[in-house]
Amino acid sequence: MAKIASAFVSRLVIIIPYAWLLFFFLIPFFIVFRISLSQTAVAMPPYTPVFDLADGLSGILEGVREFSLDNYIWLTEDVLYFNAYVSSVVIAAVSTFLTLLIGYPIAYGMAQAPRSIRPTLLMLVILPFWTSFLIRVYAWIAILKPEGLLNQFLITIGVIDQPLIILNTNWAIYIGIVYSYLPFMVLPIYSALEKMDQTLTEAAQDLGCTPITAFWRVTFPLSLAGVVAGCLLVFIPAVGEFVIPDLLGGSETLMIGKTLWNEFNANRDWPVSSAVATILLLILVLPIVYFQNVQAKADSEGR
Amino acid sequence: MKSLGSIRRSFAPWADPASKPFISFKNVTKKFGDFTAVDDLSLNIYTREFFALLGASGCGKSTLLRMLAGFEQPTSGEIILDGQNLAGIPPYRRPVNMMFQSYALFPHMTVESNIAFGLKQDGMAKPDIAERVAQMLKLVKLEKFAKRKPHQLSGGQRQRVALARSLAKRPKVLLLDEPLGALDKKLREETQFELMDLQQELGLTFVIVTHDQEEAMTMADRIAVMSHGNVIQVATPAEIYEAPNSRFVADFIGDVNIFDGTVAAAEEGRVRVETAGGVPIRMASPEKLSTGAKAAVAVRPEKIRVTRQAPAHAPLNAAEGEIWDIGYLGDMTVFHIRLKDGKVIKASSLNAMRAVEDPLGYDQQVWVSFSEDAGVVLKD
Repeated sequence: MAKIASAFVSRLVIIIPYAWLLFFFLIPFFIVFRISLSQTAVAMPPYTPVFDLADGLSGILEGVREFSLDNYIWLTEDVLYFNAYVSSVVIAAVSTFLTLLIGYPIAYGMAQAPRSIRPTLLMLVILPFWTSFLIRVYAWIAILKPEGLLNQFLITIGVIDQPLIILNTNWAIYIGIVYSYLPFMVLPIYSALEKMDQTLTEAAQDLGCTPITAFWRVTFPLSLAGVVAGCLLVFIPAVGEFVIPDLLGGSETLMIGKTLWNEFNANRDWPVSSAVATILLLILVLPIVYFQNVQAKADSEGR
Repeated sequence: MKSLGSIRRSFAPWADPASKPFISFKNVTKKFGDFTAVDDLSLNIYTREFFALLGASGCGKSTLLRMLAGFEQPTSGEIILDGQNLAGIPPYRRPVNMMFQSYALFPHMTVESNIAFGLKQDGMAKPDIAERVAQMLKLVKLEKFAKRKPHQLSGGQRQRVALARSLAKRPKVLLLDEPLGALDKKLREETQFELMDLQQELGLTFVIVTHDQEEAMTMADRIAVMSHGNVIQVATPAEIYEAPNSRFVADFIGDVNIFDGTVAAAEEGRVRVETAGGVPIRMASPEKLSTGAKAAVAVRPEKIRVTRQAPAHAPLNAAEGEIWDIGYLGDMTVFHIRLKDGKVIKASSLNAMRAVEDPLGYDQQVWVSFSEDAGVVLKD
């Protein structure tokens, strides 16, 4: 009896995450996908067909026959969407690269720090999360605007005499993304570096590497898993980022998250915005699946 | 084939005042904060020597090795290697290579690339690298494993890769930090002899750090016994074992029975020691000791005879006791014999025959005795 119970518990442990994915990811995605195949309508909800179980099987089949790919075709016809996707990917890529540039040295420094102060440093990296994300992004407006703190400071110390225009440019978006997502870059890299055997760098130096070449030949390759994880954790949410470009970016900044918001709220075009979301998901998921396949193949070849 | 044994026997540059040391530690001190790891230590190591630093953990032996490799700088004193003062020379410019205790193999590289690592760094031509790597793989008998990653190898194979990698650059000196610590007993013993043959074959100077006295005794030409950052004795394994210069060394290397007492009489080449337990001892001693001085006599277990009858020279160098414990080890048997005053004497005898008629058993009354040149007199 106890055996059956423990088998049930161990199965439950596996079922819970799958159930979670099913209810909070897969089913919502199918709802979005289903809406993306519909047509707009002045109704509640604002699209057709709407299924009603009272119509019976034939009613549902009739509704399914009304599905079309018109919204996807529409996305290809207006260059705005294509530009928005490309611009989102470019902005996210640049931001991810900048985050890596800043995050890696921070993670490296933390991993080199005395063991006793590492928990404190870790705490400091996570600390900003204790304040609302929105408030932190608003705070950047106060810092970056022409009469903001940054410009006042630079003028006071005499580096510039005219205020820099940063707010409402792509630079403000980069700053916002780098600032907001830095912990997601630092933590996986730190965890990769922290468990690395310190004698490996000594061995590299013993075999003739200067500290710098030892870093590039040993430390960096061994932290690559952390770098990839950190980059994905920054890149994926950055592509669909809406708040940062909306608050810090200018009116000409084109990002897919903003486009989606406009379609959904301003135009009340749920089907098109659903199509935008579906394509966005494909853009993000396909490269990751491909990357993981390559990785798995490389792993099995090494054996 | 020429016997390597005969070369080893005749090899003794340290006894020749004309020979120049290859590595010299001169009054080297290393402090970590308040802790003194190495304390004003001087030591000479000669070309082609297999030199062992032996001591318990924390005695400073690893620090000494790390200073030679360049990972630590001496607080004071200097280290000379082949006429060159090593002060301020970083590890990557020293003509020494180290084999790490943890092996420190690069997990993201194959066996081949691990061995080629140092050669590539030196900018050696590709065909030359391939040739040298093949040579090294052959040396450590790992030709079949060239394309494997370290995690796909057994402990013994990893140890060989680490050895091949540290030898690939043909260093003047190979440093080995507890190289066999992670291997099981049988593999360790095999590898000890392989390392000795390898060292002879390549004609390199090996400096090994170990806490395993058997390992040091087996492999080394000379051993430095260390304690608390100091060298207590530097000598050949036989000298260390048969003529320890102090109670610490006698006690640290192998098993020993120590009789504490005072010098009752001293004559040419011999002393008489009156021991606390009442066993009168007469022992050969090259050193002249003054009467009344404190002294201890150390006698190894295998030099103690166990007999049923009192020996002819009793009561000198002999005592009566009772067999307390018997340990049968196969090749020999260890007896623990309790004397009248409660002192327990360890004695061992070789089991040269398969079966002994009427063997000694528990609780038997026996005599333990030893000859006048069986032990060493130690000043306290």
